Amino acid sequence: MNREQFIRGVKDCVPTLLGYLSIGFAAGIIEKTAGLSMMEVGLLSVMVYAGSAQFIFAGMIGAGSSTAGIVATVFFVNLRHLLLSAALSPYFRHLSPIKNALIGMLLTDETFGVASAQASQTKQLNNSWMQGLNLTAYLNWIAANLAGAYLGEWIKDPEKLGLDFALPAMFIGLLVLQIVHRKRYTVDLVVGLTAVIVGVICGIWLSQSAGVIAATITAATVGTVIERWR
Amino acid sequence: MEIRWDIFVLIAACSLVTALPRVIPLVLLSRIDLPEPLLRWLGHIPIAVMAALVGQELIHAEAGFSLHEHLDLAAGVLTFIVAFKTRNLLWTVILGCLFAMVLRLLA
Repeated sequence: MNREQFIRGVKDCVPTLLGYLSIGFAAGIIEKTAGLSMMEVGLLSVMVYAGSAQFIFAGMIGAGSSTAGIVATVFFVNLRHLLLSAALSPYFRHLSPIKNALIGMLLTDETFGVASAQASQTKQLNNSWMQGLNLTAYLNWIAANLAGAYLGEWIKDPEKLGLDFALPAMFIGLLVLQIVHRKRYTVDLVVGLTAVIVGVICGIWLSQSAGVIAATITAATVGTVIERWR
Repeated sequence: MEIRWDIFVLIAACSLVTALPRVIPLVLLSRIDLPEPLLRWLGHIPIAVMAALVGQELIHAEAGFSLHEHLDLAAGVLTFIVAFKTRNLLWTVILGCLFAMVLRLLA
């Protein structure tokens, strides 16, 4: 572990904390309302550690769904991680399989976003930096869930404060940072617009999570094809 | 304040199906030489996935045509401008929330 790199990873995580704090807080409220105890909320955040999956978990528990149904839904909702994990793999070739597995366990949309923004400037990502980033996001998430479950009864309307917008704002920031660093404006713009259109349309037809997967695969393919032409 | 056995089993199963897609590509693909076209394809994934997530958050395709049903999109456009101007993630998040709050107050 390189202490300096680890701390740099922690610092690079800070801008994303607010976004996941508000989402984790909301998840904690819903999990508690669905009938989970504080300990169960904590266990869920520690072991599953995925926003959309935890919302759905709580919703399905509340609705009395079957075990198999819940597990299958959680699996599909998080299937996009296959693509994120694959996309980061070229930057961790210098690490052992165990270190790669530890990085993968804590992979989320936000840490992926920060890591790929960093990767657009270098060929390799540092293990300690990535662990600092991942662990900060992880602890923030667990704390946010517990806080939501504990304090949720008193804070009824976080939307009034615009806090829920921290999540899309964070994704916008990560998107722009990458486009600016990569300097491949035409290709990236086409890829981004394709992803938005396919994501929104398939999000209505199929589901939000299937929409993200369909959009990512289509847009990345379009990007690869137009790169060949040019 | 306890953990029920059936909930524990359910959480453990969900933990497994969430961890596998996160871990397997990193462990396997980082060990082999990927062909150039596949690497290029993977290189487009960050932009694609972030754009898809932003699009779903901001665009409410099933809502009507009046502006107050699309406040998130309006706040999103302003946030994009801030992101391009500042190139700073923290400012983007803070001002983004501020735009959302003000627009909702005005609407």
